[in-house]
Amino acid sequence: MEPATHGLRESATFDRATIHAIQRAAETGIYDIRGWGAKRKLPHFDDLLLLGASMSRYPLEGYRERCDTDVVLGARHAKNPLHLATPVTIAGMSFGALSAQAKEALGRGASEAGTSTTTGDGGMTPEERGHSKHLVYQYLPSRYGMNPDDLRAADAIEVVLGQGAKPGGGGMLLGQKVTERVAGMRTLPVGVDQRSACRHPDWTGPDDLAIKILELREITDWEKPIYVKVGATRTYYDVKLAVHAGADVVVVDGMQGGTAATQDVFIEHVGIPTLAALPQAVQALQELGVHREVQLVVSGGIRSGADMAKALALGADAVAIGTAALIALGDNHPKYDAEYRQLGSAAGYFDDYQDGRDPAGISTQDEELAARLDPVDAGRRLANFLRVMTMEAQTLARACGKAHLLHLEPEDLVALTIESAAMARVPLAGTNWIPGAGL
Amino acid sequence: MAATLIDLAETPVRELNRALHAPGGADVWRVLNPRGAHAVACGVREDLAVDIEGHVGYYCAGMNQRATVTVHGNAGTGVAENMMSGTVRVRGNASQSAGATAHGGLLVIDGDASARCGISMKGVDIVVGGNVGHMSAFMGQAGRLVVCGDAGEALGDSLYEARIYVLGTVKSLGADCVEKEMRAEHLSELGELLKAAERDEDPSEFRRYGSARALYHFKVDNSAAY
Repeated sequence: MEPATHGLRESATFDRATIHAIQRAAETGIYDIRGWGAKRKLPHFDDLLLLGASMSRYPLEGYRERCDTDVVLGARHAKNPLHLATPVTIAGMSFGALSAQAKEALGRGASEAGTSTTTGDGGMTPEERGHSKHLVYQYLPSRYGMNPDDLRAADAIEVVLGQGAKPGGGGMLLGQKVTERVAGMRTLPVGVDQRSACRHPDWTGPDDLAIKILELREITDWEKPIYVKVGATRTYYDVKLAVHAGADVVVVDGMQGGTAATQDVFIEHVGIPTLAALPQAVQALQELGVHREVQLVVSGGIRSGADMAKALALGADAVAIGTAALIALGDNHPKYDAEYRQLGSAAGYFDDYQDGRDPAGISTQDEELAARLDPVDAGRRLANFLRVMTMEAQTLARACGKAHLLHLEPEDLVALTIESAAMARVPLAGTNWIPGAGL
Repeated sequence: MAATLIDLAETPVRELNRALHAPGGADVWRVLNPRGAHAVACGVREDLAVDIEGHVGYYCAGMNQRATVTVHGNAGTGVAENMMSGTVRVRGNASQSAGATAHGGLLVIDGDASARCGISMKGVDIVVGGNVGHMSAFMGQAGRLVVCGDAGEALGDSLYEARIYVLGTVKSLGADCVEKEMRAEHLSELGELLKAAERDEDPSEFRRYGSARALYHFKVDNSAAY
């Protein structure tokens, strides 16, 4: 029997997922820990549209006229800024959370597409350094595997204050993924449920952060760009403080940003959507007179060239992808549906990255499962995806008459909903109305 | 061997660090007038001797590798943070987070160390001649912390495998930190640490603290729910 066809009505408040969550909590006595990012519906880039050229604007020929895509990140203070071929980068994901094969594939794919990839909470592996043309080394509260030799071997340093999936929370890696190699890199007992600190151990506020950034620059002889990454919450203030602290690049990760393991309640209820954070960040940079001088990288739910084009139009210099990159590698592929179902999930729903039993061999440390992922094939798929994203963004930018992706501007956008108009600070489609403007 | 002299009253810290990082430079250095400057002698990776005549600010000798750095004064926050090897000695007192996250080497503080001494330590040995502040060795993963004076509140909170030795009183132990039996191997390693730090306390008068390992895993009825 299909309940709805028999007049049965599901509660909007207590829907089936909510009922299951209550039942699961009652059974286990522990909160739900999972991977992925926020799954609730949020105002997002889908709620924006681009205004293609017609009479009042002049479009560029789709296949004949240049639309450049390169971007320079970190030229404010660093001797060696990053020159990327496309403004879409790979976000920080750790070896530990991901298999060595997955990390290698991310490096291969990013390098083939001419962009950067990023380490995570657990240090740098030779696989990812060796296969990443541009590698950003994360500097996290845990400092697992933090090593000055790796710092000097990196192409940029990202001081992580938080991530969109859990602003205010530390990293987490459950015992089944803390294998001998992972534990060795992190100086932890094998099999421990690793719960990282949420605050840095040797600085406590923005004034201290300025001194910390100075130290990192001194250690690396002012060669490396220094990024500061924040989870999206009080973005306007956080970005201003990051700039004052000396960041070359600010990374803002919205609440749709992914994680390998976090409490569901944290993922769904802390932080603000990427769409709401981005204009705040741009405003902060503009008020300080450093928009485009300090680059803004935005992440959290970026899935396509359309998302990228809209983020750039709102003022970002680049976007970063995490979940979408894993999907490109093979995550949630239908060919593993039967195995996902054995784990109580299904292709398209799988988010148990914390569990270490990923049939796709990506979010696992199990050697047999990890061996399923061919880093060369997976890297090629990621490179393909990055190229498609770039070509999609170019298509949209040319339609708006732009000869470079970074020429896209807020004036090219309208919003479909009042909420997205207010958050993105662009007019509701067909009107001149920006809710909240001038208040 | 005559030391190469750098006067920070006349030379920026950048020039000092550049010189210390340059391969093939002098082996012995003397730094004058640090006047609380930050990041002095950080990122050194060679077997150099650096004597700093005065007080330093944050992150002195940060991420040190192989060098022997001596501060003839007090040190600000995060002295020898993330040190990998070598020796850092503070003749005076150290501010908070001394030796934070350090993976190796020896940090000696002749005076007192403030809060969070040895926070997230990952293999360093730290010997403090005086007292340490609250939350010292918080989340300490590996290495040894020796306190010849008293320890503040919440010593060794959320400790992993770091070992702590205290001669004086402990105001309180942090979560999952317990006193443990002092066996022969502990007396031996403590004796060696005190000797390396040029101290003459009697190892048998110290108490040892370590992790009860009760927080290593979530305790639930159904672990499959993770």
